[in-house]
Amino acid sequence: MSAKESAIVQFDNVGLRYGTEREVLSNISFTLFPGRFYFLTGASGAGKTSLLKLLYLAQRPSRGGMRMFGADVITMPRGDLPGLRRRMGVVFQDFRLVDHLSAFDNVALPLRVSGVRESDLTGPVNDMLEWVGLGHRADARPATLSGGEQQRVAIARAVIARPEILVADEPTGNVDPEMALKLLRLFEALNRLGTTVVVATHDYQLIRKVPDSLIMRLDKGTLSDPTGALRYPPKRTSGGVEA
Amino acid sequence: MTQKPPALGRAVDRGLAPFRGRRAASLLPRTRLGGPVPWVIAIMVALTVLAAGGALALSNLAASARGDLAGSATVQIIEADDDLRAEQARRIAGLLREDPAVTELRMVPESEVAELLEPWLGSGEAVEAVPLPALIDLQLAREVDDAALEELETRIAAYAPSARIDSQETWLAPVLDALRTLQWMALALIALLAFAGIAAVWLAARNALGGNRDTIEIVHLLGGSDAQIASVFQRSILLDALVGGLLGLVLGAGAIVLLAGRFAALDSGMVAGGSLSAVDWVILAMVPLFAVVIAVYTARMTVLASLRKLL
Ligand SMILES: Nc1ncnc2c1ncn2[C@@H]1O[C@H](COP(=O)(O)OP(=O)(O)OP(=O)(O)O)[C@@H](O)[C@H]1O
Ligand SMILES: [Mg+2]
Repeated sequence: MSAKESAIVQFDNVGLRYGTEREVLSNISFTLFPGRFYFLTGASGAGKTSLLKLLYLAQRPSRGGMRMFGADVITMPRGDLPGLRRRMGVVFQDFRLVDHLSAFDNVALPLRVSGVRESDLTGPVNDMLEWVGLGHRADARPATLSGGEQQRVAIARAVIARPEILVADEPTGNVDPEMALKLLRLFEALNRLGTTVVVATHDYQLIRKVPDSLIMRLDKGTLSDPTGALRYPPKRTSGGVEA
Repeated sequence: MTQKPPALGRAVDRGLAPFRGRRAASLLPRTRLGGPVPWVIAIMVALTVLAAGGALALSNLAASARGDLAGSATVQIIEADDDLRAEQARRIAGLLREDPAVTELRMVPESEVAELLEPWLGSGEAVEAVPLPALIDLQLAREVDDAALEELETRIAAYAPSARIDSQETWLAPVLDALRTLQWMALALIALLAFAGIAAVWLAARNALGGNRDTIEIVHLLGGSDAQIASVFQRSILLDALVGGLLGLVLGAGAIVLLAGRFAALDSGMVAGGSLSAVDWVILAMVPLFAVVIAVYTARMTVLASLRKLL
Protein backbone atom coordinates (compact mmCIF):
# COMPACT_ATOMS: atom_id res chain seq x y z
CA MET A 1 0.00 0.00 0.00
CA SER A 2 1.47 3.34 -0.98
CA ALA A 3 1.46 6.30 1.34
CA LYS A 4 -0.90 8.11 -0.98
CA GLU A 5 -3.47 5.35 -0.93
CA SER A 6 -3.68 4.82 2.80
CA ALA A 7 -3.49 8.51 3.72
CA ILE A 8 -6.69 10.08 5.00
CA VAL A 9 -5.37 13.63 4.52
CA GLN A 10 -2.53 14.87 2.39
CA PHE A 11 -1.28 18.45 2.11
CA ASP A 12 1.19 19.21 -0.63
CA ASN A 13 3.08 22.51 -0.43
CA VAL A 14 0.04 24.37 0.78
CA GLY A 15 0.19 28.11 1.32
CA LEU A 16 -2.49 30.37 2.79
CA ARG A 17 -2.79 34.12 2.86
CA TYR A 18 -5.74 36.19 4.02
CA GLY A 19 -6.42 38.91 1.48
CA THR A 20 -3.23 40.47 0.24
CA GLU A 21 -1.28 40.02 3.48
CA ARG A 22 1.81 37.85 3.65
CA GLU A 23 1.26 34.11 3.90
CA VAL A 24 0.22 32.91 7.36
CA LEU A 25 0.98 29.34 6.28
CA SER A 26 3.81 28.45 3.91
CA ASN A 27 4.96 25.24 2.29
CA ILE A 28 2.79 23.03 4.45
CA SER A 29 3.23 19.39 3.45
CA PHE A 30 2.08 16.52 5.63
CA THR A 31 0.16 13.30 5.55
CA LEU A 32 -2.32 12.03 8.14
CA PHE A 33 -2.93 8.31 8.43
CA PRO A 34 -6.16 6.69 9.51
CA GLY A 35 -6.55 5.77 13.14
CA ARG A 36 -3.70 7.85 14.50
CA PHE A 37 -3.73 10.54 17.15
CA TYR A 38 -2.08 13.85 16.20
CA PHE A 39 -1.35 16.94 18.22
CA LEU A 40 -0.77 20.27 16.55
CA THR A 41 1.17 22.70 18.70
CA GLY A 42 2.69 26.11 18.23
CA ALA A 43 2.70 29.55 19.76
CA SER A 44 -0.36 31.74 19.65
CA GLY A 45 -0.65 33.20 16.17
CA ALA A 46 1.53 30.50 14.63
CA GLY A 47 -1.33 29.45 12.37
CA LYS A 48 -2.90 26.42 14.10
CA THR A 49 -6.46 27.55 13.57
CA SER A 50 -5.68 28.53 10.01
CA LEU A 51 -4.30 25.07 9.28
CA LEU A 52 -7.31 23.39 10.86
CA LYS A 53 -9.65 25.62 8.85
CA LEU A 54 -8.09 24.25 5.69
CA LEU A 55 -8.52 20.77 7.12
CA TYR A 56 -12.19 21.13 7.96
CA LEU A 57 -12.88 22.79 4.61
CA ALA A 58 -13.84 26.22 5.87
CA GLN A 59 -11.09 27.88 3.89
CA ARG A 60 -9.55 27.33 0.49
CA PRO A 61 -5.73 27.33 0.35
CA SER A 62 -4.09 30.07 -1.71
CA ARG A 63 -1.82 27.52 -3.32
CA GLY A 64 -0.78 23.90 -3.13
CA GLY A 65 -2.59 20.58 -3.27
CA MET A 66 -4.95 18.93 -0.80
CA ARG A 67 -6.35 15.42 -0.82
CA MET A 68 -8.85 14.08 1.69
CA PHE A 69 -10.42 10.65 1.86
CA GLY A 70 -8.57 9.85 -1.33
CA ALA A 71 -10.07 12.68 -3.35
CA ASP A 72 -8.56 15.89 -4.67
CA VAL A 73 -10.28 18.61 -2.68
CA ILE A 74 -8.96 21.48 -4.78
CA THR A 75 -10.62 20.38 -8.00
CA MET A 76 -13.64 18.81 -6.36
CA PRO A 77 -17.01 20.31 -7.37
CA ARG A 78 -18.43 22.46 -4.59
CA GLY A 79 -21.49 20.25 -4.29
CA ASP A 80 -19.37 17.28 -3.15
CA LEU A 81 -17.82 19.09 -0.18
CA PRO A 82 -20.76 18.63 2.22
CA GLY A 83 -20.33 14.88 1.85
CA LEU A 84 -16.72 15.21 3.03
CA ARG A 85 -17.64 17.53 5.88
CA ARG A 86 -20.08 14.95 7.20
CA ARG A 87 -17.26 12.48 7.59
CA MET A 88 -15.48 14.92 9.93
CA GLY A 89 -16.17 16.15 13.41
CA VAL A 90 -14.98 19.61 14.34
CA VAL A 91 -14.54 21.34 17.68
CA PHE A 92 -14.16 25.00 16.80
CA GLN A 93 -11.92 27.22 18.89
CA ASP A 94 -14.88 29.56 19.42
CA PHE A 95 -17.34 26.61 19.81
CA ARG A 96 -19.81 27.92 17.23
CA LEU A 97 -22.91 26.68 18.94
CA VAL A 98 -26.26 27.76 17.47
CA ASP A 99 -27.53 30.40 19.90
CA HIS A 100 -31.22 29.69 19.72
CA LEU A 101 -30.96 25.92 19.93
CA SER A 102 -30.78 23.99 23.18
CA ALA A 103 -27.70 21.95 24.13
CA PHE A 104 -29.61 18.87 22.99
CA ASP A 105 -30.47 20.35 19.59
CA ASN A 106 -26.91 21.57 19.09
CA VAL A 107 -25.52 18.10 19.72
CA ALA A 108 -28.21 16.54 17.52
CA LEU A 109 -27.47 18.89 14.62
CA PRO A 110 -24.90 16.74 12.75
CA LEU A 111 -27.20 13.72 13.01
CA ARG A 112 -30.16 15.70 11.73
CA VAL A 113 -28.15 17.13 8.86
CA SER A 114 -27.19 13.56 7.97
CA GLY A 115 -30.82 12.51 8.00
CA VAL A 116 -30.81 10.30 11.11
CA ARG A 117 -34.34 9.57 12.25
CA GLU A 118 -35.53 11.48 15.28
CA SER A 119 -36.32 8.29 17.17
CA ASP A 120 -32.78 7.05 16.55
CA LEU A 121 -30.98 10.13 17.82
CA THR A 122 -32.67 10.96 21.11
CA GLY A 123 -30.95 8.17 23.04
CA PRO A 124 -27.41 8.72 21.76
CA VAL A 125 -27.62 12.51 22.15
CA ASN A 126 -28.83 12.24 25.76
CA ASP A 127 -26.16 9.65 26.55
CA MET A 128 -23.49 11.88 25.07
CA LEU A 129 -24.67 14.89 27.08
CA GLU A 130 -24.62 12.68 30.17
CA TRP A 131 -21.05 11.66 29.39
CA VAL A 132 -19.79 15.24 29.15
CA GLY A 133 -21.60 15.97 32.41
CA LEU A 134 -24.42 18.02 30.97
CA GLY A 135 -27.32 15.60 31.20
CA HIS A 136 -29.19 18.02 33.44
CA ARG A 137 -28.58 20.95 31.08
CA ALA A 138 -29.93 19.38 27.89
CA ASP A 139 -32.58 22.07 27.46
CA ALA A 140 -30.30 25.01 28.21
CA ARG A 141 -29.43 27.60 25.58
CA PRO A 142 -25.69 28.08 25.00
CA ALA A 143 -25.86 31.63 26.38
CA THR A 144 -26.87 30.24 29.77
CA LEU A 145 -23.95 27.79 29.89
CA SER A 146 -20.48 28.50 31.28
CA GLY A 147 -17.52 28.61 28.92
CA GLY A 148 -16.46 25.11 29.90
CA GLU A 149 -19.99 23.78 29.54
CA GLN A 150 -20.27 25.31 26.06
CA GLN A 151 -16.99 23.67 25.15
CA ARG A 152 -18.30 20.29 26.26
CA VAL A 153 -21.44 20.75 24.15
CA ALA A 154 -19.18 21.60 21.20
CA ILE A 155 -17.16 18.44 21.78
CA ALA A 156 -20.27 16.30 22.14
CA ARG A 157 -21.50 17.69 18.82
CA ALA A 158 -18.18 16.94 17.14
CA VAL A 159 -18.07 13.29 18.18
CA ILE A 160 -21.78 12.36 18.14
CA ALA A 161 -21.80 11.14 14.54
CA ARG A 162 -18.63 9.09 15.06
CA PRO A 163 -16.62 10.89 12.41
CA GLU A 164 -13.76 9.37 10.45
CA ILE A 165 -11.60 12.29 11.40
CA LEU A 166 -11.95 14.55 14.42
CA VAL A 167 -10.47 18.03 14.30
CA ALA A 168 -10.37 19.86 17.63
CA ASP A 169 -9.06 23.39 18.07
CA GLU A 170 -8.00 23.96 21.70
CA PRO A 171 -10.77 21.67 22.94
CA THR A 172 -9.77 21.82 26.58
CA GLY A 173 -8.91 25.49 26.89
CA ASN A 174 -11.82 26.33 29.14
CA VAL A 175 -12.17 23.30 31.41
CA ASP A 176 -10.46 22.18 34.59
CA PRO A 177 -7.69 19.57 34.35
CA GLU A 178 -9.96 16.75 35.47
CA MET A 179 -12.58 17.49 32.80
CA ALA A 180 -9.77 18.01 30.26
CA LEU A 181 -8.57 14.51 30.97
CA LYS A 182 -12.08 13.09 30.71
CA LEU A 183 -12.57 14.77 27.35
CA LEU A 184 -9.20 13.47 26.22
CA ARG A 185 -10.40 9.97 27.12
CA LEU A 186 -13.41 10.58 24.88
CA PHE A 187 -11.09 11.42 22.01
CA GLU A 188 -8.98 8.37 22.73
CA ALA A 189 -12.03 6.12 22.82
CA LEU A 190 -13.07 7.51 19.48
CA ASN A 191 -9.51 7.04 18.23
CA ARG A 192 -9.53 3.38 19.26
CA LEU A 193 -12.67 2.92 17.19
CA GLY A 194 -10.68 4.06 14.16
CA THR A 195 -11.19 7.80 14.07
CA THR A 196 -8.16 9.88 13.16
CA VAL A 197 -7.80 12.62 15.74
CA VAL A 198 -6.13 15.99 15.29
CA VAL A 199 -5.99 18.20 18.38
CA ALA A 200 -4.50 21.68 18.39
CA THR A 201 -3.25 22.67 21.83
CA HIS A 202 -0.55 24.50 23.77
CA ASP A 203 -1.00 22.13 26.67
CA TYR A 204 1.99 19.82 26.87
CA GLN A 205 0.58 18.18 29.99
CA LEU A 206 -2.25 16.99 27.83
CA ILE A 207 0.04 15.75 25.08
CA ARG A 208 1.94 13.60 27.56
CA LYS A 209 -1.28 11.87 28.51
CA VAL A 210 -1.58 10.28 25.05
CA PRO A 211 1.41 7.99 24.70
CA ASP A 212 1.04 7.02 21.07
CA SER A 213 0.37 10.49 19.77
CA LEU A 214 2.27 12.20 17.00
CA ILE A 215 3.17 15.85 17.15
CA MET A 216 3.23 18.49 14.47
CA ARG A 217 4.55 21.88 15.46
CA LEU A 218 3.78 25.13 13.71
CA ASP A 219 6.34 27.87 13.92
CA LYS A 220 5.41 31.13 12.21
CA GLY A 221 3.47 29.35 9.55
CA THR A 222 5.79 26.45 8.76
CA LEU A 223 5.62 22.90 10.05
CA SER A 224 8.17 20.84 11.92
CA ASP A 225 7.73 17.37 13.38
CA PRO A 226 9.43 16.68 16.68
CA THR A 227 8.01 13.13 16.78
CA GLY A 228 8.45 12.33 13.13
CA ALA A 229 4.75 12.72 12.52
CA LEU A 230 5.36 13.90 9.01
CA ARG A 231 7.60 11.02 8.00
CA TYR A 232 6.34 7.78 6.58
CA PRO A 233 5.83 5.33 8.09
CA PRO A 234 5.10 7.41 11.13
CA LYS A 235 7.39 6.75 14.07
CA ARG A 236 5.62 5.61 17.20
CA THR A 237 6.70 7.28 20.40
CA SER A 238 5.95 6.01 23.81
CA GLY A 239 5.37 8.14 26.83
CA GLY A 240 6.56 11.70 27.23
CA VAL A 241 7.42 14.23 24.65
CA GLU A 242 9.90 17.04 25.08
CA ALA A 243 8.17 20.37 25.41
CA MET B 1 -12.86 6.66 33.47
CA THR B 2 -12.67 3.25 31.84
CA GLN B 3 -16.35 3.46 30.96
CA LYS B 4 -16.85 3.51 27.23
CA PRO B 5 -18.22 6.81 25.93
CA PRO B 6 -21.79 6.56 24.74
CA ALA B 7 -23.07 6.63 21.22
CA LEU B 8 -19.72 5.57 19.89
CA GLY B 9 -20.70 1.94 19.93
CA ARG B 10 -22.13 2.05 16.49
CA ALA B 11 -21.51 4.21 13.54
CA VAL B 12 -24.29 6.44 12.33
CA ASP B 13 -25.67 6.03 8.85
CA ARG B 14 -24.40 9.00 6.98
CA GLY B 15 -26.30 10.06 3.92
CA LEU B 16 -27.18 13.18 2.03
CA ALA B 17 -30.71 12.80 3.23
CA PRO B 18 -32.95 15.82 3.05
CA PHE B 19 -33.06 17.99 6.12
CA ARG B 20 -36.68 18.97 6.16
CA GLY B 21 -39.71 19.23 8.31
CA ARG B 22 -39.92 20.23 11.93
CA ARG B 23 -36.27 19.55 12.67
CA ALA B 24 -35.13 21.82 9.85
CA ALA B 25 -37.68 24.44 10.79
CA SER B 26 -36.19 24.58 14.28
CA LEU B 27 -33.03 25.98 12.72
CA LEU B 28 -34.56 29.37 12.12
CA PRO B 29 -35.92 31.33 15.01
CA ARG B 30 -39.39 31.80 13.63
CA THR B 31 -39.83 35.44 14.46
CA ARG B 32 -36.89 36.58 12.40
CA LEU B 33 -38.28 35.79 8.97
CA GLY B 34 -41.86 36.54 9.91
CA GLY B 35 -42.44 40.18 10.72
CA PRO B 36 -43.82 42.25 7.87
CA VAL B 37 -43.42 39.69 5.07
CA PRO B 38 -46.93 38.14 5.23
CA TRP B 39 -48.47 41.61 5.34
CA VAL B 40 -46.43 42.90 2.43
CA ILE B 41 -47.40 39.84 0.40
CA ALA B 42 -51.05 40.22 1.42
CA ILE B 43 -51.11 43.83 0.24
CA MET B 44 -49.35 42.96 -3.02
CA VAL B 45 -51.76 40.12 -3.70
CA ALA B 46 -54.83 42.19 -2.82
CA LEU B 47 -53.78 45.00 -5.16
CA THR B 48 -52.83 42.54 -7.90
CA VAL B 49 -56.17 40.74 -7.61
CA LEU B 50 -57.94 44.08 -7.82
CA ALA B 51 -55.91 45.22 -10.83
CA ALA B 52 -56.25 41.86 -12.56
CA GLY B 53 -59.99 41.79 -11.83
CA GLY B 54 -60.29 45.27 -13.32
CA ALA B 55 -58.30 44.27 -16.40
CA LEU B 56 -60.43 41.18 -16.93
CA ALA B 57 -63.67 43.10 -16.47
CA LEU B 58 -62.51 45.74 -18.95
CA SER B 59 -61.57 43.12 -21.49
CA ASN B 60 -64.96 41.41 -21.06
CA LEU B 61 -66.64 44.76 -21.48
CA ALA B 62 -64.69 45.56 -24.64
CA ALA B 63 -65.34 42.10 -26.05
CA SER B 64 -69.07 42.21 -25.41
CA ALA B 65 -69.37 45.73 -26.81
CA ARG B 66 -67.42 44.75 -29.90
CA GLY B 67 -69.38 41.52 -30.31
CA ASP B 68 -72.74 43.28 -30.08
CA LEU B 69 -71.82 45.94 -32.56
CA ALA B 70 -69.38 44.12 -34.81
CA GLY B 71 -70.04 44.86 -38.45
CA SER B 72 -73.18 46.83 -37.83
CA ALA B 73 -73.87 50.23 -39.29
CA THR B 74 -76.82 52.56 -39.55
CA VAL B 75 -77.94 54.64 -42.51
CA GLN B 76 -79.60 57.85 -41.47
CA ILE B 77 -81.64 59.97 -43.79
CA ILE B 78 -82.72 63.39 -42.66
CA GLU B 79 -85.40 65.00 -44.73
CA ALA B 80 -88.19 67.21 -43.55
CA ASP B 81 -90.70 66.05 -46.21
CA ASP B 82 -92.17 62.74 -45.02
CA ASP B 83 -93.01 61.39 -48.45
CA LEU B 84 -89.72 62.33 -49.97
CA ARG B 85 -87.91 60.78 -47.04
CA ALA B 86 -89.81 57.51 -47.39
CA GLU B 87 -89.10 57.44 -51.09
CA GLN B 88 -85.38 58.10 -50.53
CA ALA B 89 -85.24 55.40 -47.88
CA ARG B 90 -86.90 52.85 -50.14
CA ARG B 91 -84.53 53.55 -53.03
CA ILE B 92 -81.43 53.43 -50.83
CA ALA B 93 -82.62 50.18 -49.28
CA GLY B 94 -83.10 48.74 -52.74
CA LEU B 95 -79.62 49.77 -53.74
CA LEU B 96 -78.05 48.39 -50.57
CA ARG B 97 -79.87 45.06 -50.83
CA GLU B 98 -78.05 44.49 -54.12
CA ASP B 99 -74.69 45.41 -52.65
CA PRO B 100 -72.47 42.44 -51.66
CA ALA B 101 -71.05 44.46 -48.75
CA VAL B 102 -74.40 44.30 -46.99
CA THR B 103 -75.47 40.95 -45.58
CA GLU B 104 -78.56 42.05 -43.67
CA LEU B 105 -80.79 45.04 -43.89
CA ARG B 106 -83.68 46.25 -41.79
CA MET B 107 -85.78 49.32 -42.20
CA VAL B 108 -86.32 50.65 -38.73
CA PRO B 109 -90.05 51.39 -38.37
CA GLU B 110 -90.92 54.98 -37.57
CA SER B 111 -92.54 54.02 -34.30
CA GLU B 112 -89.26 52.47 -33.16
CA VAL B 113 -87.31 55.57 -34.16
CA ALA B 114 -89.73 57.67 -32.17
CA GLU B 115 -89.24 55.40 -29.21
CA LEU B 116 -85.46 55.67 -29.55
CA LEU B 117 -85.58 59.40 -29.55
CA GLU B 118 -88.19 59.74 -26.89
CA PRO B 119 -85.73 60.28 -24.05
CA TRP B 120 -84.39 63.29 -25.91
CA LEU B 121 -87.48 64.69 -27.50
CA GLY B 122 -90.15 63.63 -25.11
CA SER B 123 -93.56 62.52 -26.34
CA GLY B 124 -96.84 64.20 -26.97
CA GLU B 125 -98.51 66.53 -29.39
CA ALA B 126 -95.65 68.96 -29.88
CA VAL B 127 -93.30 66.26 -30.89
CA GLU B 128 -95.50 65.02 -33.66
CA ALA B 129 -94.39 68.00 -35.69
CA VAL B 130 -90.67 67.21 -35.40
CA PRO B 131 -89.53 65.30 -38.47
CA LEU B 132 -87.89 62.02 -37.56
CA PRO B 133 -84.93 60.67 -39.51
CA ALA B 134 -85.34 57.42 -41.39
CA LEU B 135 -83.02 54.72 -40.13
CA ILE B 136 -81.81 51.57 -41.86
CA ASP B 137 -79.85 49.06 -39.81
CA LEU B 138 -77.17 47.21 -41.76
CA GLN B 139 -75.14 44.16 -41.03
CA LEU B 140 -71.96 44.39 -43.07
CA ALA B 141 -69.86 41.61 -44.52
CA ARG B 142 -66.72 40.84 -42.54
CA GLU B 143 -64.27 42.33 -45.03
CA VAL B 144 -65.92 45.75 -45.23
CA ASP B 145 -63.57 48.44 -43.97
CA ASP B 146 -63.86 52.19 -43.45
CA ALA B 147 -62.85 52.98 -47.05
CA ALA B 148 -65.51 50.67 -48.48
CA LEU B 149 -68.04 52.24 -46.18
CA GLU B 150 -67.12 55.72 -47.40
CA GLU B 151 -67.46 54.58 -50.98
CA LEU B 152 -70.90 53.22 -50.14
CA GLU B 153 -71.82 56.54 -48.60
CA THR B 154 -70.94 58.51 -51.73
CA ARG B 155 -73.08 56.13 -53.78
CA ILE B 156 -76.20 56.51 -51.65
CA ALA B 157 -75.66 60.27 -51.46
CA ALA B 158 -76.69 60.30 -55.12
CA TYR B 159 -80.22 59.32 -53.99
CA ALA B 160 -80.37 61.39 -50.85
CA PRO B 161 -77.86 64.17 -50.30
CA SER B 162 -78.44 64.07 -46.55
CA ALA B 163 -77.88 60.29 -46.15
CA ARG B 164 -75.06 59.21 -43.87
CA ILE B 165 -73.71 55.83 -42.88
CA ASP B 166 -72.47 55.53 -39.31
CA SER B 167 -70.47 52.47 -38.46
CA GLN B 168 -71.17 51.61 -34.83
CA GLU B 169 -67.53 50.70 -34.48
CA THR B 170 -66.49 54.12 -35.57
CA TRP B 171 -68.16 55.81 -32.66
CA LEU B 172 -67.18 52.93 -30.38
CA ALA B 173 -63.52 53.14 -31.36
CA PRO B 174 -62.52 55.86 -28.88
CA VAL B 175 -64.29 53.95 -26.12
CA LEU B 176 -62.46 50.77 -27.04
CA ASP B 177 -59.20 52.70 -27.18
CA ALA B 178 -59.81 54.05 -23.71
CA LEU B 179 -60.64 50.56 -22.44
CA ARG B 180 -57.47 49.18 -24.01
CA THR B 181 -55.37 51.89 -22.41
CA LEU B 182 -56.92 51.11 -19.04
CA GLN B 183 -56.16 47.44 -19.56
CA TRP B 184 -52.52 48.16 -20.34
CA MET B 185 -52.28 50.32 -17.28
CA ALA B 186 -53.70 47.49 -15.16
CA LEU B 187 -51.14 45.10 -16.63
CA ALA B 188 -48.32 47.56 -15.99
CA LEU B 189 -49.59 47.95 -12.45
CA ILE B 190 -49.53 44.17 -12.00
CA ALA B 191 -45.96 44.02 -13.33
CA LEU B 192 -44.91 46.79 -10.93
CA LEU B 193 -46.61 45.04 -8.03
CA ALA B 194 -44.86 41.77 -8.89
CA PHE B 195 -41.56 43.61 -9.06
CA ALA B 196 -42.15 45.33 -5.73
CA GLY B 197 -43.20 41.98 -4.25
CA ILE B 198 -40.02 40.30 -5.44
CA ALA B 199 -37.95 43.16 -4.06
CA ALA B 200 -39.73 42.91 -0.69
CA VAL B 201 -39.18 39.15 -0.48
CA TRP B 202 -35.58 39.58 -1.55
CA LEU B 203 -34.99 42.13 1.18
CA ALA B 204 -36.74 39.96 3.75
CA ALA B 205 -34.74 36.90 2.75
CA ARG B 206 -31.48 38.84 2.87
CA ASN B 207 -32.43 40.27 6.21
CA ALA B 208 -33.24 36.83 7.57
CA LEU B 209 -30.02 35.57 6.06
CA GLY B 210 -28.03 38.27 7.81
CA GLY B 211 -29.73 37.57 11.11
CA ASN B 212 -29.00 33.87 10.78
CA ARG B 213 -25.55 34.08 9.21
CA ASP B 214 -23.89 32.25 12.11
CA THR B 215 -26.43 29.46 12.04
CA ILE B 216 -26.07 29.07 8.30
CA GLU B 217 -22.30 28.97 8.53
CA ILE B 218 -22.39 26.39 11.31
CA VAL B 219 -24.81 24.12 9.46
CA HIS B 220 -22.68 24.60 6.35
CA LEU B 221 -19.56 23.54 8.25
CA LEU B 222 -21.34 20.53 9.74
CA GLY B 223 -21.97 19.29 6.22
CA GLY B 224 -25.33 20.85 5.45
CA SER B 225 -25.77 21.16 1.70
CA ASP B 226 -26.89 24.36 0.02
CA ALA B 227 -30.18 22.74 -0.89
CA GLN B 228 -30.80 21.73 2.72
CA ILE B 229 -30.11 25.21 4.04
CA ALA B 230 -32.13 26.86 1.28
CA SER B 231 -35.07 24.57 1.99
CA VAL B 232 -35.17 25.78 5.58
CA PHE B 233 -35.64 29.33 4.34
CA GLN B 234 -38.02 28.27 1.59
CA ARG B 235 -40.20 26.53 4.12
CA SER B 236 -40.32 29.59 6.30
CA ILE B 237 -41.14 31.95 3.43
CA LEU B 238 -43.65 29.43 2.06
CA LEU B 239 -45.71 29.70 5.23
CA ASP B 240 -45.46 33.48 5.21
CA ALA B 241 -46.42 33.68 1.55
CA LEU B 242 -49.35 31.27 1.92
CA VAL B 243 -50.80 33.19 4.83
CA GLY B 244 -50.20 36.54 3.11
CA GLY B 245 -51.44 35.30 -0.26
CA LEU B 246 -54.71 33.93 1.09
CA LEU B 247 -55.34 37.05 3.11
CA GLY B 248 -54.62 39.17 0.03
CA LEU B 249 -56.96 37.08 -2.11
CA VAL B 250 -59.78 37.47 0.37
CA LEU B 251 -59.25 41.24 0.56
CA GLY B 252 -58.90 41.68 -3.22
CA ALA B 253 -61.86 39.47 -4.07
CA GLY B 254 -63.94 41.19 -1.40
CA ALA B 255 -63.18 44.57 -2.95
CA ILE B 256 -64.14 43.27 -6.42
CA VAL B 257 -67.44 41.84 -5.19
CA LEU B 258 -68.21 45.14 -3.50
CA LEU B 259 -67.40 47.12 -6.66
CA ALA B 260 -69.36 44.72 -8.84
CA GLY B 261 -72.39 45.25 -6.61
CA ARG B 262 -72.10 49.01 -6.95
CA PHE B 263 -71.80 48.82 -10.75
CA ALA B 264 -74.66 46.36 -11.03
CA ALA B 265 -76.78 48.90 -9.18
CA LEU B 266 -76.16 51.32 -12.06
CA ASP B 267 -78.18 48.92 -14.22
CA SER B 268 -76.48 49.97 -17.41
CA GLY B 269 -76.26 47.57 -20.33
CA MET B 270 -72.70 48.62 -21.02
CA VAL B 271 -71.47 47.87 -17.51
CA ALA B 272 -73.28 44.55 -17.37
CA GLY B 273 -70.96 43.32 -20.11
CA GLY B 274 -68.03 43.80 -17.74
CA SER B 275 -68.89 41.14 -15.17
CA LEU B 276 -66.38 38.38 -14.37
CA SER B 277 -66.80 34.82 -15.57
CA ALA B 278 -65.96 31.67 -13.63
CA VAL B 279 -62.72 31.37 -15.62
CA ASP B 280 -61.81 34.92 -14.60
CA TRP B 281 -62.29 34.02 -10.95
CA VAL B 282 -60.06 30.99 -11.38
CA ILE B 283 -57.39 33.27 -12.86
CA LEU B 284 -57.74 35.62 -9.88
CA ALA B 285 -57.46 32.69 -7.48
CA MET B 286 -54.14 31.84 -9.12
CA VAL B 287 -52.65 35.22 -8.18
CA PRO B 288 -51.71 34.13 -4.63
CA LEU B 289 -50.28 30.90 -6.02
CA PHE B 290 -48.05 32.93 -8.32
CA ALA B 291 -47.08 35.10 -5.36
CA VAL B 292 -46.11 32.02 -3.35
CA VAL B 293 -44.07 30.60 -6.22
CA ILE B 294 -42.31 33.92 -6.79
CA ALA B 295 -41.62 34.37 -3.07
CA VAL B 296 -40.23 30.86 -2.59
CA TYR B 297 -38.14 31.04 -5.74
CA THR B 298 -36.76 34.47 -4.83
CA ALA B 299 -35.87 33.32 -1.32
CA ARG B 300 -34.17 30.20 -2.67
CA MET B 301 -32.10 32.13 -5.18
CA THR B 302 -31.11 34.71 -2.56
CA VAL B 303 -29.99 32.05 -0.09
CA LEU B 304 -28.13 30.02 -2.71
CA ALA B 305 -26.33 33.10 -4.01
CA SER B 306 -25.10 34.00 -0.55
CA LEU B 307 -24.12 30.39 0.23
CA ARG B 308 -22.00 30.24 -2.90
CA LYS B 309 -19.73 32.81 -1.30
CA LEU B 310 -18.81 30.20 1.30
CA LEU B 311 -16.43 27.39 0.32
N1 LIG C 1 -9.54 35.90 9.00
C1 LIG C 1 -8.29 36.38 9.12
N2 LIG C 1 -7.93 37.46 8.40
C2 LIG C 1 -6.66 37.95 8.47
N3 LIG C 1 -5.71 37.42 9.22
C3 LIG C 1 -6.00 36.34 9.96
C4 LIG C 1 -7.30 35.77 9.94
N4 LIG C 1 -7.32 34.69 10.76
C5 LIG C 1 -6.07 34.61 11.26
N5 LIG C 1 -5.28 35.58 10.79
C6 LIG C 1 -3.87 35.77 11.10
O1 LIG C 1 -3.21 34.56 10.79
C7 LIG C 1 -2.23 34.28 11.76
C8 LIG C 1 -2.47 32.90 12.34
O2 LIG C 1 -3.67 32.91 13.03
P1 LIG C 1 -4.29 31.59 13.70
O3 LIG C 1 -5.63 31.92 14.23
O4 LIG C 1 -4.19 30.52 12.71
O5 LIG C 1 -3.27 31.33 14.87
P2 LIG C 1 -3.34 30.23 16.04
O6 LIG C 1 -2.08 29.47 15.96
O7 LIG C 1 -4.60 29.47 15.95
O8 LIG C 1 -3.36 31.14 17.34
P3 LIG C 1 -4.05 30.81 18.77
O9 LIG C 1 -3.20 29.82 19.47
O10 LIG C 1 -4.02 32.13 19.47
O11 LIG C 1 -5.41 30.34 18.49
C9 LIG C 1 -2.32 35.37 12.82
O12 LIG C 1 -1.28 36.30 12.56
C10 LIG C 1 -3.65 36.01 12.56
O13 LIG C 1 -3.58 37.38 12.82
MG1 LIG D 1 -6.21 29.24 17.09
